[in-house]
Amino acid sequence: MSKEKSEIRNQKSEKLLIAGGRVIDPASGTDKVADVKIEDGVIVKDFSARSAFETIDAKGLIVTPGLIDMHVHLREPGREDEETIETGAQAAAAGGFTTIACMPNTSPPIDNRSVLEYVTDKAVGAAVNVKVVAAITAGLAGERLSEMGDLANAGAVGFSDDGRPVANSALMRLALEYSKVFDLPIISHAEDIFLSKDGVMHEGFISTQLGLKGIPAAAEETMIARDIILAELTGARLHITHVSTAGGVALIRAGKLRGIKITADVTPHHLVLTDENLKGYDTNYKVNPPLRTQADNVALLEGLINGDLDAIVSDHAPHAAQEKEQEIEAAPFGAIGLQTTVPVLLTHLLSSHFDLPALIGKLTVGPAGILGLRAGTLGSGEAADITLIDPKAKLKIEPGYFLSKSRNSAFIGSDLVGSAKYTIVGGRIVFEAGGRSNEG
Amino acid sequence: MTLSCHDLLSVADLTDGDISALLETAASFKDISLRQIKKVPTLRGRTIVNLFLEPSTRTRTSFEIAGKRLSADVVNISGAGSALAKGECLKDTAKTIEAMNVDAVVLRHWSSGAAYKLAQYVEPPVINAGDGAHEHPTQALLDLLTMKDSLGDIAGAKVTIVGDISHSRVARSLIELLNRLKAIVTVVAPPMFLTPGIARLGCRISYSLDDELEGSDVLYLLRVQKERQSANMFPGFAEYTRMYGLTKERWARVSLRCKIMHPGPLNRGVEIDPDVADSLGSLINTQVTNGVAVRMAVLYLLIGGGAEHE
Repeated sequence: MSKEKSEIRNQKSEKLLIAGGRVIDPASGTDKVADVKIEDGVIVKDFSARSAFETIDAKGLIVTPGLIDMHVHLREPGREDEETIETGAQAAAAGGFTTIACMPNTSPPIDNRSVLEYVTDKAVGAAVNVKVVAAITAGLAGERLSEMGDLANAGAVGFSDDGRPVANSALMRLALEYSKVFDLPIISHAEDIFLSKDGVMHEGFISTQLGLKGIPAAAEETMIARDIILAELTGARLHITHVSTAGGVALIRAGKLRGIKITADVTPHHLVLTDENLKGYDTNYKVNPPLRTQADNVALLEGLINGDLDAIVSDHAPHAAQEKEQEIEAAPFGAIGLQTTVPVLLTHLLSSHFDLPALIGKLTVGPAGILGLRAGTLGSGEAADITLIDPKAKLKIEPGYFLSKSRNSAFIGSDLVGSAKYTIVGGRIVFEAGGRSNEG
Repeated sequence: MTLSCHDLLSVADLTDGDISALLETAASFKDISLRQIKKVPTLRGRTIVNLFLEPSTRTRTSFEIAGKRLSADVVNISGAGSALAKGECLKDTAKTIEAMNVDAVVLRHWSSGAAYKLAQYVEPPVINAGDGAHEHPTQALLDLLTMKDSLGDIAGAKVTIVGDISHSRVARSLIELLNRLKAIVTVVAPPMFLTPGIARLGCRISYSLDDELEGSDVLYLLRVQKERQSANMFPGFAEYTRMYGLTKERWARVSLRCKIMHPGPLNRGVEIDPDVADSLGSLINTQVTNGVAVRMAVLYLLIGGGAEHE
């Protein structure tokens, strides 16, 4: 894809025909070459009357429900130098996402209605739909509940203290209990902060070689186990985000088999990268939870295939260059991912065991179900949030590729194949890769 | 003669040829330090910066003396009192030093991998003088020289390393070098002081010092690193001494030819009995003396390449 020609757009046609693409709609089990018609921002069976319509020739492209990323960090308010709602939404559009859910660890955190409304006001006019996950505890301090009721009424789609766990089990129990009133998920960043203290990377032979303090898999597994037990106790909806360990997948599987209401997601970097990437001390590989081992990669993929893991998220975490350029022990955790998620997944994850419809499901109907969003399908009458993917587009990931304000990608230097060609939100073309041949 | 590497960040940078060149050169440099006029003009006109961002006495002084005995101009920068104390980042410090056209930077840093970062930022050779819990290549080289002088041949020698391996940059460098020279390495520590896969570095693991006393050619004691919270990982110093300290009683059980080594600084009375530290079996001061010669060799072979050293 030539980046110069790609653009964030804001073009609305009253009628748009997406012609001849491979339409994959996991919600309805559709996978066939077909047309998709949009009228007044809604997907329709047929256009209302004979009148002019625009056409996108989708031959060779994959037409999917607009992709959903339920775990991103937009840094606004507080760190607008790293990302804003506007730039994060542009990166999302370029990555093929039509809906993103942002995490509340802003400054101030999204732990009350006024901050939430600040974010939703800023999101009006953003390239994509921006949903908000609100804080579980006031100030993300882990001491008392946030005003979850007020936040739910103001539109929060879930609750999380992401970036840190709710260490106090009694408080986590209260949050789970209260969440049942709103039928919203509690999203758990599962980490025992005593086991992970001072840790920089996965604890294993590589951390021993590099002389870096390790974060054992047990730091995640013990917390997943606790949260599942509390979910069983309360009957609430628990979502485990960014699962990184084989042991975590096994616990989730066991919990689901017992009928506990658990869902879970995984990131592309935990699926395809390992602790070996830390050799050389590149801080773009310093993420939390840490990159684990190849055995964990395999278990996570199996978890997706078996349905233990319901969604894939980017955990897009922008950080300023001067912070990531610090010594690895001082640099913050996190990597951006909105524009690499689809290319990485298409390049590295597909196989006969995990095909395109299965993958698309984890980016559409999967997250929509978890957050209770009316999105993620191509049914007629639904909002026309649609992503067109060119499975053959070749990408070389370089710092200049990113629309995010930050450049801290774990995939810089990668050659990837397959990425969003068009992103359509509410019938509006918000992103187009490589320009259009019929333009000009 | 020069080294095959541009920087000395890890002992893995060194080929077998580099290691023998360093040891031979160091041996030939030893007598300079014994003369009345302890200076040769080898690195005259060269500038070496000692960038020490973590407290250090012996390594910093050793590098400074090594540079000066080769007639280089040596500048010391420490963390406190430098722009780093004002919040300057390593990148800017590096760029500033480079802009002053120096010939080598010796870095001591609290963070593992910092030497790699510095080497990315500056063109002149970077010498790792200890980075976090990662590596301390010149310490391992001077240990090797000391063992070679004392034992004759390192191949087959039984070296027992005792203490907190998890926080030890010395151990990581030393275990690798000893393996390359075919020594037999045993690590003695409680499990809390061992990180996963230590044995894969090339050593046998034992939890009991008493089991390993007999048969050891070298007892290499590591410092209990109070500042790195080793203490919080163990019930206390008294228990450490009882379990893993080289006490008089243990020293009495060791064979007469066994040598004691320690990278310093010592916690007398904790990992080693004070009298044992000063006994005839102790090579601790020889290590320090050899440290100057080894660092002279490193500086000479990295930045003095081609110059005659006499």
